[in-house]
Amino acid sequence: MSDRNDHRTTEGAGRVSTEKSTATASDAAGAEAPLLELRDLHVFYGAIEALKGINLSVRTGEVVALLGANGAGKSTTLQTASGMIAPRQGGVLLHGERVDGIASHELVRFGIGHVPEGRRVFARMSVLENLHMGAYRFKRPDPRDLERVFHLFPRLAERRKQVAGTLSGGEQQMLAIGRALMGKPELLLLDEPSMGLAPLIVQQIFDILKEINEQGTTLLLVEQNASRALQLANRGYVLETGEMVMEGPAGELLADPRIRAAYLGEHVEAEHS
Amino acid sequence: MTLFDFWDVLVLGVVLGSLYAVIAIGYTLVYGVLQLLNFAHSEVFMTGGFGGVIALTLVVPVASPSLAQSAGYVVLGICTGALLGATVAFFLEKVAYRPLRRRNAPRLVFLITAIGASFFLYNLAGKLFGRNAMPMPRMYENRTVFTIFDTTINITQLLIVGSGVLMLLIVDHVVNRTKLGSGIRAVAQDPEVASLMGVNIDKVVSRTFVLGGLMGGAAGFLFGTTNQVFYTMGFLPGITAFAAAVLGGIGNVRGAMLGGMTLGIVEAFTVDVFGDAWRYVGAFGALVLVLMFRPTGILGERVARTA
Ligand SMILES: Nc1ncnc2c1ncn2[C@@H]1O[C@H](COP(=O)(O)OP(=O)(O)OP(=O)(O)O)[C@@H](O)[C@H]1O
Ligand SMILES: [Mg+2]
Repeated sequence: MSDRNDHRTTEGAGRVSTEKSTATASDAAGAEAPLLELRDLHVFYGAIEALKGINLSVRTGEVVALLGANGAGKSTTLQTASGMIAPRQGGVLLHGERVDGIASHELVRFGIGHVPEGRRVFARMSVLENLHMGAYRFKRPDPRDLERVFHLFPRLAERRKQVAGTLSGGEQQMLAIGRALMGKPELLLLDEPSMGLAPLIVQQIFDILKEINEQGTTLLLVEQNASRALQLANRGYVLETGEMVMEGPAGELLADPRIRAAYLGEHVEAEHS
Repeated sequence: MTLFDFWDVLVLGVVLGSLYAVIAIGYTLVYGVLQLLNFAHSEVFMTGGFGGVIALTLVVPVASPSLAQSAGYVVLGICTGALLGATVAFFLEKVAYRPLRRRNAPRLVFLITAIGASFFLYNLAGKLFGRNAMPMPRMYENRTVFTIFDTTINITQLLIVGSGVLMLLIVDHVVNRTKLGSGIRAVAQDPEVASLMGVNIDKVVSRTFVLGGLMGGAAGFLFGTTNQVFYTMGFLPGITAFAAAVLGGIGNVRGAMLGGMTLGIVEAFTVDVFGDAWRYVGAFGALVLVLMFRPTGILGERVARTA
């Protein structure tokens, strides 16, 4: 194994931070360690470096949006945070404690819920069985959680006996979120929950995400739908081919001309390469 | 073929089918969680047969056992067979397959390993227990229990079908109604997401082998009650049970049961009508025929993994 030009990526070269000091609306945590912190994360697929030393933090109670084009490394970031992938270098910290290297099935006990890209419900299980799977880490599912999920997604209650593979895309997304909630997550990682859904359903899902956050769950949201994500989020990050190129309060990112050009489909001639 | 023959043959088929169904569970469970054709499962079956016979040989000196003694022998035989089968299956997974999973070995390597493990195990058994068949100690007087449609049902037949059905019910319950079962089904459908839900994949895989091993080992002993045990005894029942799992839809537990029963009955009738030389032609012909029209097997379904 030859030395693959080791990671010391030129930090800051591509980094155009909008503003470093990120004062947030819901800033209750104060000086405490953030709920989730990714520190100088380098992740490889074979010889390909998918994350080139990224930093990201999510404080308790926040909604943080992670934006970026296809292949930027957004899913990789979430997968590393939930223990599905081990970073080659750098750390994943939960409440200031290193947790990288802990397998994902153990990491759920630390209060991380991950709604994966493409929903990935258990297609041959019923809605109810899927929800019970979400509570697998407990001896038995908490009926109050089930009630909460059915309250958030009445559609799932109606279809609790239906086989998940036959649900519509929107219903599957609801089920994927509900399933994650059954594990009582403190932090919910959401990978493109609006993907492939009609605008009306997207609106519903985002309303419910807002409600989930207001009920006390912290959210890290990966989205292609940058405008919606930034409207919901307190802060945002922008990832580009494995490097974090921007970060800042959601409002500022939403107003940033580069963001508007690249992710909100506004035609400005500045096309970055 | 007279009508009376029909019932006789059907009973033979159901007895055989119960055995195939129980063995097929082991193939289908392991295929479900690992997409692995565990060819060494036939040796789990064989080991169970030897385990039962050897345990009984140690404790059966009584010439005419009482009913309680007979029942005790049977239970001892089944339990020893099941436990030994489970032990072999457990170590097979740990020693042969887990290192390959750790290294993300390609599918073909698993297959070759399975075949290699099978060869290793039956030759080891031949070395340890001799190449000659071991007779099953006499646990009971194999008399007729009852008669239906002029067909006599004897103790051994009742024992095989009865315990076979009981085991199938237990497996069905475990897979569909217990936490281990949800873990097994979740890993079969999407291992990555299963582990996001807190499922320890290694643990589930290991227990899946143990569950299949319990069934396979017990079936080995039950097979032995009809006759004797020998070191290559796993081969033909193993292949047939594997075919049964495919016929029912590999990965599907109820499919394996259905497939096993079907092949047992087809085999019995083939032998009765065409003679013993045709024994496996009928069963495998049926397999080919079904797969031509339903390539995923009778109950096999392929729901897309992601929407
Ligand atoms: N399993 C894998 N093996 C090899 N390369 C991979 C693998 N998964 C992702 N990659 C590569 O890593 C990079 C980042 O992928 P990732 O899935 O994290 O992107 P993404 O930002 O989530 O994209 P999208 O918006 O399309 O979901 C891509 O270049 C991708 O090709
Ligand atoms: Mg992605």
